[in-house]
Amino acid sequence: MHVENLTLAYGADAPVVTGLTLEVPTGQLTAVVGPNGSGKSTLLRGMSRLLTPQTGQVLLDGKDIHKLPARELARKLGVLPQGPVTPEGITAAELVSRGRHPHRGLFGRLTAEDDAAIDEALAAVELTELRERSVDQLSGGQRQRVWIAMVLAQGTQHLLLDEPTTYLDLAHAVDVMNVVHAAATTGRTVVTVLHDLTLAAQYADNLVVMGEGRIAAQGRPVDVLTEELLDDVFGLQATVVEVGGAPVVVPDRRLAG
Amino acid sequence: MRSAAPAARPVAAPPVRRTVALLILVAVLVLAFAASLALGSRWLGPGALWHALTANSGSDADVIVRNLRFPRTVVAALIGICLGIAGALMQGHTRNALAEPGIFGVSAGAAFAVVLGLQVGLVESVSSTVWAALVGALLATFGVQRMASRGTGASPVGLALTGAAVAAMLGAATSAIVLLDADTLDSYRFWAVGSVAGRGLDVAAQVLPFAVVGLLLALVNARDLDLLALGDDVAAGLGLSIRRARLVGLASIGLLTAAGVAACGPIGFLGLLAGHVARRMFGARNSWLIPAAGLIGATSLVLADLVGRLVGGAGEVQAGVVLGIVGAPLFVIVVRRRAVAL
Amino acid sequence: MLKPNPSKVNSRTIVLSVLFAALAIVVALISLSVGTTKLPVSDVVEVLLGGGRRGTRLVVLELRLPRVATGLLVGIAFAVSGALLQTLSRNALASPDIVGVNSGASAGAVAVIVLAGTGGGNISGVAAKVGIPLAAVLGGLLATLIVGALSIQRGVVDAGRVVLIGVGIAAAANSLVAWLLVIGDVNDAGRAAAWLAGSLNARAWSDAVPVLLAVVLLVPVAMMFNRDLSALVLGDDVASSLGVRVARVRLALLIIATVLAAMATAGAGPIAFVALVAPQIAQRLTRMERPPLLTTAMLGALFVVLADLVARNGLQWLQVGPYELPVGVVTAAAGAPYLLHLIGRQQKGR
Repeated sequence: MHVENLTLAYGADAPVVTGLTLEVPTGQLTAVVGPNGSGKSTLLRGMSRLLTPQTGQVLLDGKDIHKLPARELARKLGVLPQGPVTPEGITAAELVSRGRHPHRGLFGRLTAEDDAAIDEALAAVELTELRERSVDQLSGGQRQRVWIAMVLAQGTQHLLLDEPTTYLDLAHAVDVMNVVHAAATTGRTVVTVLHDLTLAAQYADNLVVMGEGRIAAQGRPVDVLTEELLDDVFGLQATVVEVGGAPVVVPDRRLAG
Repeated sequence: MRSAAPAARPVAAPPVRRTVALLILVAVLVLAFAASLALGSRWLGPGALWHALTANSGSDADVIVRNLRFPRTVVAALIGICLGIAGALMQGHTRNALAEPGIFGVSAGAAFAVVLGLQVGLVESVSSTVWAALVGALLATFGVQRMASRGTGASPVGLALTGAAVAAMLGAATSAIVLLDADTLDSYRFWAVGSVAGRGLDVAAQVLPFAVVGLLLALVNARDLDLLALGDDVAAGLGLSIRRARLVGLASIGLLTAAGVAACGPIGFLGLLAGHVARRMFGARNSWLIPAAGLIGATSLVLADLVGRLVGGAGEVQAGVVLGIVGAPLFVIVVRRRAVAL
Repeated sequence: MLKPNPSKVNSRTIVLSVLFAALAIVVALISLSVGTTKLPVSDVVEVLLGGGRRGTRLVVLELRLPRVATGLLVGIAFAVSGALLQTLSRNALASPDIVGVNSGASAGAVAVIVLAGTGGGNISGVAAKVGIPLAAVLGGLLATLIVGALSIQRGVVDAGRVVLIGVGIAAAANSLVAWLLVIGDVNDAGRAAAWLAGSLNARAWSDAVPVLLAVVLLVPVAMMFNRDLSALVLGDDVASSLGVRVARVRLALLIIATVLAAMATAGAGPIAFVALVAPQIAQRLTRMERPPLLTTAMLGALFVVLADLVARNGLQWLQVGPYELPVGVVTAAAGAPYLLHLIGRQQKGR
């Protein structure tokens, strides 16, 4: 997946992302991080066709995503926006089955292939036993995993996830990141926006740091996440420590008294 | 694995059970239909009923059944299907369990257009009434859909208020026209209460084309609604053309409401009732929910008419009023269960 | 969001309140002087100050002043009611028109008009004068009581739920009204329909008294809650931590809003849109974060009295005929476009 000279804005407002070029490495987990307002969610929306760019293009397998028919794109690129609203009374299996939509014909009976994809997705997020439960009765972490299963069931080569761990406590967030990382190891290309630097650094193969609508740095987390970068881009005084081969950010505290 | 969620109530039934449930709804409708033919100022037994429908020898019972009750029951069933499905569609598109053509101003829009058309002289027959109603209903539905998709108006409360405000405005406009002369008022008041009295098979025939097109569009739209329920962003990501889905829904709601209003006047609460019960039975699956809402709507209107005839004695209480009395408590129940945002 | 700036806000509010009050008086004087008998304004003033010829006194004091005074009072009552409801529910579209009060009052009044009217006869005299307004007040209060009772769930009243239930009850009451219009004869239905449009025709002092009492007693009380209202705008939790007894204040203001609307409806029928539109306009003009009560009240008075002037004489000015329009039609015609504008603004997420 390749982003070329992308400029994105909302309506007539000033551009949020300017002239951004990015090569997304195939088969890896890329995490996009940055301070509030740096444009990371906007970038993801631009990459997923939810936002039409003012300049530039987004290429998927060499083709401009805005020129592809919607269903064809949906078979190649799966998108999970931030904070999706769960309809009332829907079971986990039912929600995951919605992900098969791009593959279903006009009269849409679920085929054996569809069923297999659904089962596989539920297994990947370890929710097979809860498949007949109503999603609004699951815990936050479980619910988010159901949504990820839906996107997995879509059977796409590429996945875009916008802040899949927001509002989740650390334990649930780790559950989600385990699943996301596993998806990347099966050969998919995954791009996820994350707000937690340490989580991003621990799981990502490739880290993209954004600041003020541009890419400030990209590369392996251990190379990219330095104390100077944290100060420059985030305005954060911190110490970076390496644990298990990946960086951990420890902010400097200023304790009163 | 994290701690398991608390024991949940089972929600969805497997396909066989759903088919059975749908068949039960059909059976209930048939029973209600038969009851409507048999009961009323004179109670007729099954024998007399069968005789009237098949032999038709011109006896009193035959006349009552064939000329009076049968036409209005057919109309009630047809319009009940239309308004029930329109309600379920609106609820799906606005993600709001309280949405329906009556409360949200769509019926008021259709009614206003009809009254305006009558006053201006453009509208004379039932067919032209439907066209006028269609314009009004489409405009109102379009407005509601736009409000539902963004801004502070999109919260359940905001949407309900906006719908009610629009309905109030259109109602004021309608009564302004209607007050202009006594004859208009006289015919208007009987139409505005919502009734199947005096509606014959000719009325049904004239609205049928619109209803049929609306129904077909609704069935096509049902699958798309399943995706729209997940949010516009997710639905787009799954390959749905949001614009097309909304347009089809708009057209369907408009056609169905127009057919209903043109035939029977603005009937409220029917869509709410049908949509709610259908959702309780079939969960979030619109492919089942929509036809179910139609069946429930038809049964409800037929029964409301029957009840109105039985309770009213010599006169009768119009179906629209019966639904108003039954619908209000239901509305309150839905709100109290906080089951408002879909 | 608008930041409330106390010193600046007070001066604007006061200036505008005075301005609207003055305009209302001017329009009222004009309204007292025009009509089938045209009177020079100076004569009107003379009569009001205690003098004037007998004939003039008759026209002004017996015929026109009750109507104009009722109009002013009704405008104040509706506007303040709307302002309170909008602030309590934090929604610009909340108003007694929509949340059940006016519909309940209408149902009561129409019931009396239709049921007590005898065939082709006329409901007149004491029965009409007392029965209709009384039924309206009772109907409005009953509707609010029902809405209130149904909104209490586990001891908590949620603003959003109150509004939603109000919408439902209003729809049900409107069904009832439609039915009542059908069971009566055409004449009663016509009278009922005219009443429903909101009218100041043939108002006597007896009509003005209930509204006068309500306004004089309740509006000052409402204004004593000004500080609490400013806190409530920030959210129930924040208001509570600022020391506001949230549940009690809400209940008190809801009751005040209801009684004002019910009394006003009893006096003049449910005049559309005053309660909806006056608070919003006042809020925008004073650039406050909620409708300021005094300014809204004055604006409401101006709105109704101006609308009445147009309603009474508009068709004559346009040379269309000697008919009088119900005042509700004029307020609706003016209010509807503004309502659409409001809805459009909500859509853009403000």
